[in-house]
Amino acid sequence: MGGRLKIVLLLAPALAVIGVLFAGGLVIAFVQSLGYVPAIGMTELTLDAYRGILSDEDFFDSLVLTLYVSGVSTGVSTVLAVLAALALRRSSGRLSAVVFQLPITIPHLVAAVGIALVVGQTGLGARLAALLGLIGEPGDFPALLYDERSVGIILTYVWKEVPFITLVMLAALRGVASDLEDVARTLGAGAWQRFWYVVFPVISPSVVAASLLVFAFTFGAFEVPYLLGKSYPTILPVMAYDEYRGIDLAARPTAMAINILIALVTGAIAALYLRLARDLGRRRG
Amino acid sequence: MGKKGGNVGLALVAALVAVPFVPLTLWAFAGEWRFPDLLPTAWSLRGVAHLVEPGGGVLGATLNSVLIGAATAAASVAVGMPAGMAIGGYQWRFKGVVIFFILLPILVPPLASTMGVHVTFIRLGLADTLPGVFLVHLVPTVPYTALILAGVFAERTGELEEAARTLGASPWQAFLRVTLPGVLPGVAVAGLFAFLISWGQYVLTLLIGGGNVVTLPMLLFSAASGNDPVVTSALALAFALPAVLALVLALRVLKPGERAGGFVGPGKFS
Repeated sequence: MGGRLKIVLLLAPALAVIGVLFAGGLVIAFVQSLGYVPAIGMTELTLDAYRGILSDEDFFDSLVLTLYVSGVSTGVSTVLAVLAALALRRSSGRLSAVVFQLPITIPHLVAAVGIALVVGQTGLGARLAALLGLIGEPGDFPALLYDERSVGIILTYVWKEVPFITLVMLAALRGVASDLEDVARTLGAGAWQRFWYVVFPVISPSVVAASLLVFAFTFGAFEVPYLLGKSYPTILPVMAYDEYRGIDLAARPTAMAINILIALVTGAIAALYLRLARDLGRRRG
Repeated sequence: MGKKGGNVGLALVAALVAVPFVPLTLWAFAGEWRFPDLLPTAWSLRGVAHLVEPGGGVLGATLNSVLIGAATAAASVAVGMPAGMAIGGYQWRFKGVVIFFILLPILVPPLASTMGVHVTFIRLGLADTLPGVFLVHLVPTVPYTALILAGVFAERTGELEEAARTLGASPWQAFLRVTLPGVLPGVAVAGLFAFLISWGQYVLTLLIGGGNVVTLPMLLFSAASGNDPVVTSALALAFALPAVLALVLALRVLKPGERAGGFVGPGKFS
């Protein structure tokens, strides 16, 4: 009994912080999404905000854009990370750790500013193109910022997240996969066979877990699209922020409803990720 | 793929990692850099001067960032340490559920919860203040400190504490004299993590600070939305500096594998 009390007391401060500031905030956000905002005289519980956004074309444009940005960012990052990890698995672990840790550590805002100065219409890329005679003036260079295809946002995410997935993969590759591959080689398996039947099945759960994290993060992230995205449609977190910050206080429930949907999607992905991570942990013993 | 191929690959990756820093560094010291010149045609220290200009606001914003970061680091270590002790050092029921709960603020974006607490913060007079911003910065940092320290405590067997107790030390003495010195490197790493996460926060500060609490990322964002690449680049490099320093420090001090790599997530420092 004393033991249990001790555990509860030890956990209390952290659970209080997360319980009040995070879970409490989520609950308030949910209640406000139901139209209960007494501060501005709204006290009736309704599902109007949800009904409103689900029949709103702007919301669907925003949802499609969000899925597109996080889907493409995650897909491209995963493919590049698999290639990078396979190419680098035999190189110095310490050196590659330094190279990969840098983008992970650099804040997203810095990455976004740097990428913008590379791919913008007067950026390094455009200057190189002009040097090669491909374009005459900045306007000839394709618009990759504030653009229809969100290229600048996706490139920033890819630059940030490829190293993360690669490090996760390298850890998996240098562990079990490497030993098993040697066994397969001794047994006469070719390079492709070794990859497809031995390496891939071993590393794929780690890759899926890391990709899930990247998808969840890019789905709910705010600042890169806020800086490099076009003004319509915006991704969901930016849409929620704009609704929240707008002068129309009656739009609060709408902002909160969007937020709750983002939280539900990312929460579901988080649960999936933790399940995968737990299974991975069990397999390693 | 041979060793040589791996090294060529590593050089290529290193080049790609470096690409965004090329224009950032060149612009930060550029005096004149017209299109389509590949390099600046004149250099200047205007960007650096802007950083240290007494009335320029950057020094004040840096001070705010450091203050909030230090307070956040200290508080989230203080809160995360007992939780880490409970998770790493003891076996109990529902541990999985508690870990899931602690992890949630890392995995679910903080926008919803922060907008949720905003009204309450306004009522309590915490909105638009440094303490208010400090409080919301605990949300993304406490999970990290708790879980990093859980890893640290999981590696301790408790034998040394037992020996100290046998020799007549009180539980509190054993904690203070034996446990604490043993976990100090882990505490430092957790604190550094928390500082960097707080340092990188943009949207939480924007929401709760309401534009009245100006930190470095606030200035960087407004510069980046404007039209002065010299100032923007100088700010970006200054903003990236602690992360780079911490990385160098971590790589020098800690052996590979000892780093808190298991908790490195995509949204970690921003």
